Amino acid sequence: MATFLGINLFALFGQLLVGLINGSFYALLSLGLAIIFGLLKIINFAQGAMYMLGAFLALLGLKYLGLNYWAALIIVPLAVSVFGVLIQRFLIRPIANEDHLYSLLLTFGLALMMQGIFTHLFGSSGQSYATPDALKGGMRLPFMYLPNYRAWIIVVSILVCFSTWWMIEKTKLGVYLRAGTENPQLLQAFGINVPLIVTLTFGFGVALAGLAGVMAAPIYSVSPDMGSNILIIVFAIVVIGGMGSIGGAILTGLGMGLVEGLTKYFYPEASATIIFLVMVIVLMLKPAGLFGKTA
Amino acid sequence: MTFQTKKVSTLITGIVAATMASASLAATDGKVKIGVLADMSGTYADLCGPGCVVATRMAIDDFGGKVLGHDIELVSADSQLKPDIASAIARKWVENEGVDTIGGLVSSAVTGAVTQVTGASKNITLITGSASNAFTTSACSPYIAHWTYNVVALANGTVKQMVESGKTKWFFITADYAFGHALEGVSSKVIKENGGEVVGSVRAPLGTTDFSSYVLQAQASGADVVALANAGNDTVNALNAAAEFGLNESMDIAGLLVFTPNAQAMDPRVAQGMRLTTGFYWDMDDQTRAWSKRFQESYGGIPSMAHAGAYSATMHYLNAVAAVGTDDADAVMAQMKKTKPDDFFARNATLRADGRMVHDMLLVEIKKPSERKTENDIYKIVKVIPGDQAYNPMIESCQF
Repeated sequence: MATFLGINLFALFGQLLVGLINGSFYALLSLGLAIIFGLLKIINFAQGAMYMLGAFLALLGLKYLGLNYWAALIIVPLAVSVFGVLIQRFLIRPIANEDHLYSLLLTFGLALMMQGIFTHLFGSSGQSYATPDALKGGMRLPFMYLPNYRAWIIVVSILVCFSTWWMIEKTKLGVYLRAGTENPQLLQAFGINVPLIVTLTFGFGVALAGLAGVMAAPIYSVSPDMGSNILIIVFAIVVIGGMGSIGGAILTGLGMGLVEGLTKYFYPEASATIIFLVMVIVLMLKPAGLFGKTA
Repeated sequence: MTFQTKKVSTLITGIVAATMASASLAATDGKVKIGVLADMSGTYADLCGPGCVVATRMAIDDFGGKVLGHDIELVSADSQLKPDIASAIARKWVENEGVDTIGGLVSSAVTGAVTQVTGASKNITLITGSASNAFTTSACSPYIAHWTYNVVALANGTVKQMVESGKTKWFFITADYAFGHALEGVSSKVIKENGGEVVGSVRAPLGTTDFSSYVLQAQASGADVVALANAGNDTVNALNAAAEFGLNESMDIAGLLVFTPNAQAMDPRVAQGMRLTTGFYWDMDDQTRAWSKRFQESYGGIPSMAHAGAYSATMHYLNAVAAVGTDDADAVMAQMKKTKPDDFFARNATLRADGRMVHDMLLVEIKKPSERKTENDIYKIVKVIPGDQAYNPMIESCQF
């Protein structure tokens, strides 16, 4: 086995690749949060629950409607997004002018309720979702066995993340969105329907979580607490990247996956805490986050 | 006095008062009240949560609902898997609400906290969901009856059998808390005693969803067997990752603690052929099937070994209360140890002086998808392990 300075390079590369896969999930979820916070100033604690909802809808769709994985990849994010739009329209909009704390509490409560309802209906044990046939098997790389499905996750996640970033930073729609956050009254005066933009943005943000849920279903067991497990990490990532920074959320998500991978190689016991340690250090040195603009 | 010191002194007063109160004796009021403290909504809710309440209720109903001339009362609460919450509830129950006996109890950390309270207040504790062998060794008490299983029985079942069949090199993926450490420790001992070796281990935090990096480490270790010293969703997730990375093609996987709901959640194509040790299987014979059918009617799912254990322990306790004619904990416990538990769950069973309920354990194998007749048809019984071969011997300081 190849070694360098006493380090088993094959094992290290393996861990880094696994870290990149996890980072892809982090990026997808933190991107949704960053969009919702950056453009709408809503701290959406229900993002984890939307991820869980996505995974469950994929599972139930397969079980009861015969909806296969590929159809679920399109339909489930749309369904989650419709759910998100209804929540934004009827629950969040009425308190939109209040302090951020109100929407935080509202979405947190919502997440707890959703988790409770799913536990009641489906129990706390995870359920399994079969990997689609086309993505079964794997490639034997020199340093590890890479399952095809994991490779697929990296590709999809990077595509989705960067096209979203491009859409928000480089297109006319993105300009409207950003203008709507900076000065909603002025934008409205130009004849743009700002409340509609806000609602649709929220819908898009949660759809990303729904998509992550579908992609996670075949590799993690589908369970009601899957969202709350990952949510805190994702929040830490958004804070490290800089609250609201779209590009920051993507890069930090991928980067933290790699950092976690390194930790799992050198000192596995710390792998659950390393992200929070990074968060503390970043907040001390750069309170606005790595890519955040200082207020 | 500043605000801070005032707060601290109030706190200390509170602690002292609480400690003094817990030194008071258990209620011997002639009314039997049983509290089921379990995980109602967390990771272990399917193993011993609402199901343990249902099973305890069934035992009370089957007993006739009355003992010593009064109705038997049942209360239940959610431990939330948090030791501090569990011990607060236990204290409230035994001190203020006249609860005689606490049952259920899943997660060794929670159970450890509760047995400290009930040991001091002299209330019987019927442990039916926890795994640690500490409750009859280092943390033993005259008021504990540990039902169902423990880590030693799991290791003596699954691990010993596999080492003897020539699988000598082991790697552990261990849940990083008291239970996982205990299970790994006990299993390692069994491996070494039987001529095997442990080539490595890695500790994963409770609630890990992605086990792929641990699986990679296991793969690089060159072991014959990768042992999953964890429980619940952790086991299911670890097994799925193992299958995804092709671990099961080159190595055997041993699930050291698997409850039936977990076995059902596993992808059968991945889990097939895996051997594990359990204290109970619903489809063992007519007796277990009859009970399980009744349980399923009120609960919805098939029973786990903790559910069946909760019924058996409650029944044995109520029989003892009726036999001695009092709810005095010392008298009841003496009677429980004197008579042998005997029902659909407890086979060739005895409650030892140290509080360990020793009974026959089952070594089972997870069925192939093609062998399953229904969705509940998951295990094939390989071997019945006699209780005295499964459980740890008594230690001197714990013989009450």
